[in-house]
Amino acid sequence: MAAHAEPAPHGHGEHHGPPVPHYSSRVTPAVLGMFLFIGTEIMLFGSFFTAYFFVRVVAGTPWPTPPFHLPIFVAFINTCILVTSSFTMHWALTSIKRGNAWGLRAGLLLTFLMGLTFLITQVIEYARIGFNTSDGGFATIFFCLTGLHGAHVFVGLTILAFMTVRAFRGHFSPEHHHGVEIGGIYWHFVDVMWIVVYTTVYIL
Amino acid sequence: MRNPLRSEDAAFRFLVVSIVGAVIVVVAATINVWVGVAAAILVVGGVTWWYWTRPSPAAAPIAVEGTEPGMHHILVIANETVGGGRLRAELQRLTGGQPTQILVVAPALNSHVRHWASDEDGARAAAAERVEASVARLASAGLSVEGQVGDGEPLQAIEDALRTFGADEIVISTHPEGRSHWLEQGLVEEARRRFAVPITHVVVDLEAEDEERRA
Repeated sequence: MAAHAEPAPHGHGEHHGPPVPHYSSRVTPAVLGMFLFIGTEIMLFGSFFTAYFFVRVVAGTPWPTPPFHLPIFVAFINTCILVTSSFTMHWALTSIKRGNAWGLRAGLLLTFLMGLTFLITQVIEYARIGFNTSDGGFATIFFCLTGLHGAHVFVGLTILAFMTVRAFRGHFSPEHHHGVEIGGIYWHFVDVMWIVVYTTVYIL
Repeated sequence: MRNPLRSEDAAFRFLVVSIVGAVIVVVAATINVWVGVAAAILVVGGVTWWYWTRPSPAAAPIAVEGTEPGMHHILVIANETVGGGRLRAELQRLTGGQPTQILVVAPALNSHVRHWASDEDGARAAAAERVEASVARLASAGLSVEGQVGDGEPLQAIEDALRTFGADEIVISTHPEGRSHWLEQGLVEEARRRFAVPITHVVVDLEAEDEERRA
């Protein structure tokens, strides 16, 4: 007996195939995706900051726990480098919007180099800081928060590397620079998170 | 609500705001811990409130393609009043004998809870019924008309419709003042601000029309 598929019963003129999507354009998929991304990041960083709050405020752990010290000045210089990289990122995008391809390339390259400097400085800071993750709640939270941010910087650098290569290959124009726009948003977001991390962990 | 990460420009501004906010909190915290806590609450609350209450920037002008040249296009936004005699009369006046294509859009009005729960089937079905009845009534009056169900938010429904229907003018039909949520929300003024198309506001008093019909 030959096998055959029975068609589902349909009325005349009824739509066949997958249902017609009718999502509301009130929230576009791109914006919804960005909201979901921000939501997940808030939850991720929020969980680490909750741990920080419990260790420092609820448990009353001295911050930093003696005899350890945090390299506040080095971190401040690193913060300046990262914040400056956001300005060069903004310059890069402004340049391509005005049709200045070399401004875009220079801006992206500078942003990448400054981001790399930030990450390398952080690695050196870890190596010389004098305590490790096993040295109490303070040390654990310090490495978790700064490390989590460092991971974001690493992802940002990867995106920047692709953007820079594409810029040098002439992939972007005043009309088409969505790839730079999205990467720029991420990079600024990473900087905003560092401002929060630096303020709470190093300064306050 | 304004999304702080909607564009690179917006994200950059948000970064600058974050730096200023952090400086305020740090300076306040050097005075006293509780002053710092209060400053942090004020800064975070203030920034959140600002972003929450600021309207999204006006959308870029919508490019419309594929509309029939030499034809007058009227976009009608109406809900319960979609079958009103006053609206029909106004449309007949606006067409003025010239070849006109009318698109009637009935927003699928829904409660906020149902909207966020994606429970829109009932609202869309009710709006579809109204559109069908309206299209039939307008077509019987000799008008060339099509209908569709739009987003529950009327401004969004207009914007969506304009993407595929290059309207020369828009007609917004509402209940009279005092009985219309749309008028209470300032829909007509907001639409005039947002869309660079002539907008006609038609007030349809369904109760008065019913009484006239009975009398």
